[in-house]
Amino acid sequence: MHALSGVSLAIAQGEFFGLLGPNGAGKTTLINVIAGLARADGGSVSVMGADVVADYRRARRMLGVVPQELVFDPFFTVRETLRIQSGYFGIRGNDDWIDEVMQHLDLSAKADANMRSLSGGMKRRVLIAQALVHKPPVIVLDEPTAGVDVELRQGLWQFVRRLNGDGHTIVLTTHYLEEAELHCSRIAMLKAGRVVALDSTRNLLAGFAGSRTTARVVARDGAQFTLELQGYGQLESELARLRAQGVEIADIELERPDLEQVFLQLTRS
Amino acid sequence: MSFWTLFAKELLRFVKVSVQTVAAPVLTALLYLVIFGQVLEGRMQVFDGVRYTSFLVPGLVMMSVLQNAFANSSSSLIQSKITGNIVFILLAPISYAEFFWAYVAASVARGLAVGAGVLAVAAGLVELRLEAPLWALAFALLGAALLGALGVLAGIISEKIDQLAAFQNFVILPLTMLSGVFYSIHSLPGFWRGVSHLNPFFYMIDGFRYGFFASSDFPPGVSLAVVAVAFGAVASVCLLLLKSGYKLRT
Repeated sequence: MHALSGVSLAIAQGEFFGLLGPNGAGKTTLINVIAGLARADGGSVSVMGADVVADYRRARRMLGVVPQELVFDPFFTVRETLRIQSGYFGIRGNDDWIDEVMQHLDLSAKADANMRSLSGGMKRRVLIAQALVHKPPVIVLDEPTAGVDVELRQGLWQFVRRLNGDGHTIVLTTHYLEEAELHCSRIAMLKAGRVVALDSTRNLLAGFAGSRTTARVVARDGAQFTLELQGYGQLESELARLRAQGVEIADIELERPDLEQVFLQLTRS
Repeated sequence: MSFWTLFAKELLRFVKVSVQTVAAPVLTALLYLVIFGQVLEGRMQVFDGVRYTSFLVPGLVMMSVLQNAFANSSSSLIQSKITGNIVFILLAPISYAEFFWAYVAASVARGLAVGAGVLAVAAGLVELRLEAPLWALAFALLGAALLGALGVLAGIISEKIDQLAAFQNFVILPLTMLSGVFYSIHSLPGFWRGVSHLNPFFYMIDGFRYGFFASSDFPPGVSLAVVAVAFGAVASVCLLLLKSGYKLRT
């Protein structure tokens, strides 16, 4: 029994990459292998050319990981936590960047608050800040918006998109598929430890639309019909069938496929 | 830099709760001093020309050093594992050797802080002499390092607080209590004197006491060598486990 099997991925520098899959698909295991938290039985992983086992120091300096669990050290304040994390990466006197990160994550007012006193959403922000203190070129976000309010989500995505715009590579796992659809340029879908799809978001959506879509037809008399189509090519024959039944078509609405449909189709099959 | 940060973090951790981590053990040791000193003064045969309470103080100081050095690394590690915040250290470019030495150094610092506290307060109550301070310092440093390393080992192996508590209550506590803190092993029957020589804690207590009275049950050089070998053995096991990621990295 392998948590991951035959996974082979290359993520380009500067990419906004999505890693999707149902619970237990192996997303977090894959991230843990990349981050050095788990050791693979075989194969290898490199971060910007640095092997995560043989050259772990360089690999880890390149990586900023936001863990999925809401973990924190209850002994320290937010600022102390971020200074300590900077020190782990060999950075002293990092307060200017720490202040900037806290400002972007709306944490400045809580800088001197003990971690224990923060709400879940605030703790999540600190986790994100911790992953960014050493300005890593590759940022791994494992469910970064779980339990986070809408306002922070928007602020967070703005910040992450800015980082991506500045050249940081972003690897995202999320259960909010609309977030992946909105932000990720390329997506890998995992199922039972294997990659079942790997393509640009646009191609995944287009491929799905080409194979299966839904059309809503409204007749002049107000009657409504939902047509399940195996691709756009079937649309004309279905409309002809309706006309043959005497339906006068007033309006047609083609449903745009979203990532959730692609996800469900690929992970259920 | 990574080592110093982890060391400073571990220091800050116990300093922030110093009432619990320093003041409380000092009080416990002083209660032992008052009670055992009161009850056994004049009844217990120790070194020639040394009063029982004076004999007791170095033993209590060293016992406090050892127990607190163990408590520091073991409790910090188990808490970090249970709460999950150890991930921040594991994600960082910190080598397994830096990890080990940072935890051990912080344990030594806490052990010495508690030991100095016990000694400072006891010095106001009991007449003390310090005839070979460098021997006392050497035993305190090496003994604290050994217990700090044992704490790292227990912290790595344990998955729950009660497993760690079992290690503390059934291994560390009996070994310290039966190491000659409260008595000279020369007052024991031959069999138990021989058994005491199998307890590595005896060499730490006895050697530390030599620093005060220039007199001990066992030659201090041999005792220091025993402690150094024990530290080397425990440190090697810890480093091997940390390198393999045992119970830390899946």
